Amino acid sequence: MDYVVRMKDITKRFPRVVANDRVNLNIKEGEIHALVGENGAGKSTLMNVLYGLTRPDGGEVCVRGDVLPASTGFLGLDYGIGMIHQHFMLIGQFTALENIILGAEPRLGPMLDMRKARDRVQNLMDEYGIEVDLDRRIDALSVGEEQRVEILRVLYRDAHIIIMDEPTAVLTPQETRSLFSTLKMLTQSGRTVVFITHKLEEVMAMADTVTVMRAGSMIGTMPISETDVAGLAEMMVGRRIEDMPERDADITYEHILKIEDVSLRSAKGQQLLTGISLEVHAGEIFGICGVDGNGQDELFEVLIGLRRPTQGRVIFLERDITHDPTSRRLKAGMAHIPPDRIRMGLVGDFTVRENLILGRHTDGRFSGRVFLKARAVAESADSLVRDFEIEPPVPEMQAGLLSGGNQQKVIAARELSRDPELLIASQPTRGLDIGAARMIHDLIVRQADSGQSVFLISADLSEVMKLADRIGVMYRGAIVGVVERTEATEENLGLMMAGAKA
Amino acid sequence: MMMTRSRLAGFVPPLISLLLAAAVSAVVILALGEDPLNIGRVMFSGSLGSLRSIANTLEEATPLIFTGLCVAVAMKCGLFNIGGEGQLVVGAFAAAWVGVKLTGLDPVSHVVICIAVAGMAGAMWALIAGVLKARFGAHEVINTIMLNYVAFIVTNYLVNLAYFKKPGQIPQTEDVAGTALLPRLDFIYTYTRLNLGFILAVLAVIVVFLILERSKLGFEIRSVGLNPLASRASGISVVSNTIIAMAIGGFLAGLGGAERVLGVHKHFISPFPFGYGFAGIAVALLGRNKPFGVLLAAIFFGALASGGAQVDMETRVPRELVTVIQAIVIIFVACEYLVTKMGIRIRGVATSE
Repeated sequence: MDYVVRMKDITKRFPRVVANDRVNLNIKEGEIHALVGENGAGKSTLMNVLYGLTRPDGGEVCVRGDVLPASTGFLGLDYGIGMIHQHFMLIGQFTALENIILGAEPRLGPMLDMRKARDRVQNLMDEYGIEVDLDRRIDALSVGEEQRVEILRVLYRDAHIIIMDEPTAVLTPQETRSLFSTLKMLTQSGRTVVFITHKLEEVMAMADTVTVMRAGSMIGTMPISETDVAGLAEMMVGRRIEDMPERDADITYEHILKIEDVSLRSAKGQQLLTGISLEVHAGEIFGICGVDGNGQDELFEVLIGLRRPTQGRVIFLERDITHDPTSRRLKAGMAHIPPDRIRMGLVGDFTVRENLILGRHTDGRFSGRVFLKARAVAESADSLVRDFEIEPPVPEMQAGLLSGGNQQKVIAARELSRDPELLIASQPTRGLDIGAARMIHDLIVRQADSGQSVFLISADLSEVMKLADRIGVMYRGAIVGVVERTEATEENLGLMMAGAKA
Repeated sequence: MMMTRSRLAGFVPPLISLLLAAAVSAVVILALGEDPLNIGRVMFSGSLGSLRSIANTLEEATPLIFTGLCVAVAMKCGLFNIGGEGQLVVGAFAAAWVGVKLTGLDPVSHVVICIAVAGMAGAMWALIAGVLKARFGAHEVINTIMLNYVAFIVTNYLVNLAYFKKPGQIPQTEDVAGTALLPRLDFIYTYTRLNLGFILAVLAVIVVFLILERSKLGFEIRSVGLNPLASRASGISVVSNTIIAMAIGGFLAGLGGAERVLGVHKHFISPFPFGYGFAGIAVALLGRNKPFGVLLAAIFFGALASGGAQVDMETRVPRELVTVIQAIVIIFVACEYLVTKMGIRIRGVATSE
């Protein structure tokens, strides 16, 4: 068999973790190879080894028969390997063209030869049907366009093997499809694509071959025709994932939350939210979807009281809370899971126990007039750690040292233990592995099934479609449309996410 | 089990810093042509070698405990209060004012009132910077530094007013009434200036520990200090905790001023002895912003001061050398702070997949 990449017995140890344990990976020329696994399975480490960013403790990497040097300073590009990271590494104030040629600029004497650069990039764009406005600054591009710039960047450097880390995480369904067709064209011209993902539907739709990793080890590599989503999920997690139970929706028309014509302008006069109006009913999960950065975070902050809207009202349980501080909203029965758990949801240097009472510490259960009730705090923490299966089950541990999934469980445990009338959850499963995400989903459904409400903001379309009873789509700070779950399709939501009116 | 281990481990880096500082100091002493061992012996006998020396050490440590706590409390809230200096001076003046002008009280209530007023004065002084920070985002470092100057100038102006000034050339108040004096702890050593203020300082350490580690308020202050955004999102007010943490710090520094006036000098003099506030920063740094750490660190700096005085008397090495040693200690402690922080960062990057 003709392998373009052979990774043999790759081992990489970090303090306390073996990220790769004698991993073998073989990649055929011209294929799209998906690398799947939960967070911490060792996918990114393996790809960093291939790209030459990380030096393995053992094993060897062959590219086209050449053994790669184990020295530091090696860059995969010398061997035709390009890598596109999840967070793009572009310079915002430079144009697309400048970013593409940065570091490999054609020169004419001491000057840049921009014409030659443009010609070469234009050729690549024509060849692969990639469209980018080369003269626009990166700041002004959409995420999908930025990604195309990144692709052009590695093509411009003659990369034949292109590694992409979670390439679809920030794309709309339409952008995803366009990315897939680009990748197909790349492989048709003989290039090889390796992409890391945890979205199994995409693997099935896209890849020729899939490799599953779990806990630092390789579980298996197989052609896509020999597996399915359920099979991959089981290999990833190591056990069967049960289907979600049916929603036991019993929605009343009593509104819990009512947003009336809310607008928000930044101090600099930028319009962040425009005329948002909607209602969330008792027992309902209301989903907001949209590409990241279309006002979801601002809406979240307005709802929990971190920002005051410049216009409009927020009514919660029949009371105008527009000008209430966060503390009063929480007391009134609101709870929230913030989009950025490390910055907003937790105090990383606090223990798990302290984090579990953050914002609840004024509750008579946990404190008297002056002092905290240490025993009540500890007992509550112990039972929450147990009920929410927080790992490791050590309440004295610093929350910042937990894995992302367990940090999210700490937040969920704290917020749901308020027994809130309304849970506002923003990107609750972003970056979580299947098991943890599943647990959060179950909690959200349980919250609604018990007659309380959930306001769910998520960039993950499948999550919103799976959980929400009604779905509002945000685009540039406004709600483009609201659809019932039964009417929602990837197609119509995707179009609205790109700004088309419902 | 986990906590005790980390607590013990917490002592190791400062100790290493101190040893390194001692080594460098020894080199400096050698360069001056003196015998470091001899200097070390003199410093030890001057700071801990006798009851007299121990009393001197604790006396020197007392205001540093207050100003160290002042810095530590603010630091726990994420604030860098450089204003201990000014807050202490304002407190000292207030203590002298009430101590001189209020008469006819019994000793207990007079002392208590003087101390309370001094604390309040320091708190009000710190409050200015706190409010400017919390309400308008004006950086507390700049504000507190500037307020230090203002404090010295304003008290200098006031002490020169006929109402306060003791007749004579020196700008100082009359001595406070006998009822306002903090009793000297002369059962330790007859001529000591060590006074009840030291006991007060130790009590302050305990109270600050209880506030920070056991109370609702301390929980909020620490939360705001570690992650203001997450605190806000959990309904904890960054504004009011910022103001309160500054005020508590100012209160403590004000107490330090009261101790100096009521226990040592007996009057306010302008310019007021300088440097307690700034030394408090070093004390908080060495004590890791922990109340009991501050207590130990303040005693250490007190020992350096009293030992330094002995060195000055007994050897040809100038007293300034002790200041140099203090500076070396501070530099090493600051470096160690950076190194441990960076160490965590480096490890953090390596383990993040």
